[in-house]
Amino acid sequence: MARKKSLDRRRHGIQALVALLTNSYLLGFIQGKIYRGPLKQLCVPGLNCYSCPGALGSCPVGALQAVLGSRRYQFAYYVAGFLVLVGALVGRFVCGYLCPFGLVQELLHKIPFPKKCRTFRGDRLLRKLKYGILAVFVILLPLFAVDAWGQGQPWFCKLICPAGTLEGGIPLVLLNSELRQAVGWLYAWKSVILGVIIFLSILIYRPFCKYICPLGAVYALFQRVSVFRYRVDRDKCVNCGACAKVCGMNLNPVEEANHPECIRCGRCKRACPTGAVSCGFTGPRHQKKQ
Amino acid sequence: MRRTWRLPRTVGLALAGVGLAMMVYGVYRGEVEQVFTKGIQICLECIGIG
Repeated sequence: MARKKSLDRRRHGIQALVALLTNSYLLGFIQGKIYRGPLKQLCVPGLNCYSCPGALGSCPVGALQAVLGSRRYQFAYYVAGFLVLVGALVGRFVCGYLCPFGLVQELLHKIPFPKKCRTFRGDRLLRKLKYGILAVFVILLPLFAVDAWGQGQPWFCKLICPAGTLEGGIPLVLLNSELRQAVGWLYAWKSVILGVIIFLSILIYRPFCKYICPLGAVYALFQRVSVFRYRVDRDKCVNCGACAKVCGMNLNPVEEANHPECIRCGRCKRACPTGAVSCGFTGPRHQKKQ
Repeated sequence: MRRTWRLPRTVGLALAGVGLAMMVYGVYRGEVEQVFTKGIQICLECIGIG
């Protein structure tokens, strides 16, 4: 348990550092405005609303919808290429270490509650929902639900994304009186979604990542082929179940070390008493056929 | 038990190369301007106003 806590603390430190670095435009928080410099041309790997007053880079999910929904382009090579590059290199390591909204959910899950929910009936099926959200709200609707000028909207950001409400909506509305006057039903709807996610995060480990996040869905597609991987050494494994027991995503690394749902947080590696779980960019020198 | 190392890492590296090539093509097509234009304006949809 102490090992798990120590690793989580170090990982939370990295997550916090990344969140601070990518949201370090402090003037935005003072003036109630957003950063408008050249770094906004670049995407950040995690889910980080580009309308957060401190955001230095662009959210890949928002950017993808912006390009797909524009009149000029039918495909977003730049953003899709970025997602393929990051996914192929590290997969959902981004979820475990580099996503600010993942950190928020993990910290919320530390709040004590009488009954935490590890799994429930329909959990596995519900995890497929994020692929549907990716297909419908991030790709199809921005591409095809267009106005008279051929302009699509960022439907996921507009109707679902709680990160946008938390990182952009709340601070901007608090700091900017003009925006405060424009608040309406949509803001209320998104606030309800954020409230539900916050409450569920206390009960369930990373509910948004498990069931809703389209960015996690993209990276999940690359888990089994990414260069950075996890490995379980069968010769060292004693099938004690320690790795499965500590997994917040409720997976068993012995069954599949690079499961699409794995966020590569490394808890299993630390929990293993025999050092059978390893990870890295290079494989074992004498790899056995399994 | 399922296999833990399904495909060689070269597949991942090849895909990373494809991703990089797509990014370069996207930059060449001017998609970065679209991302930038969206990124420097407050996204009213994202914050729940638009």
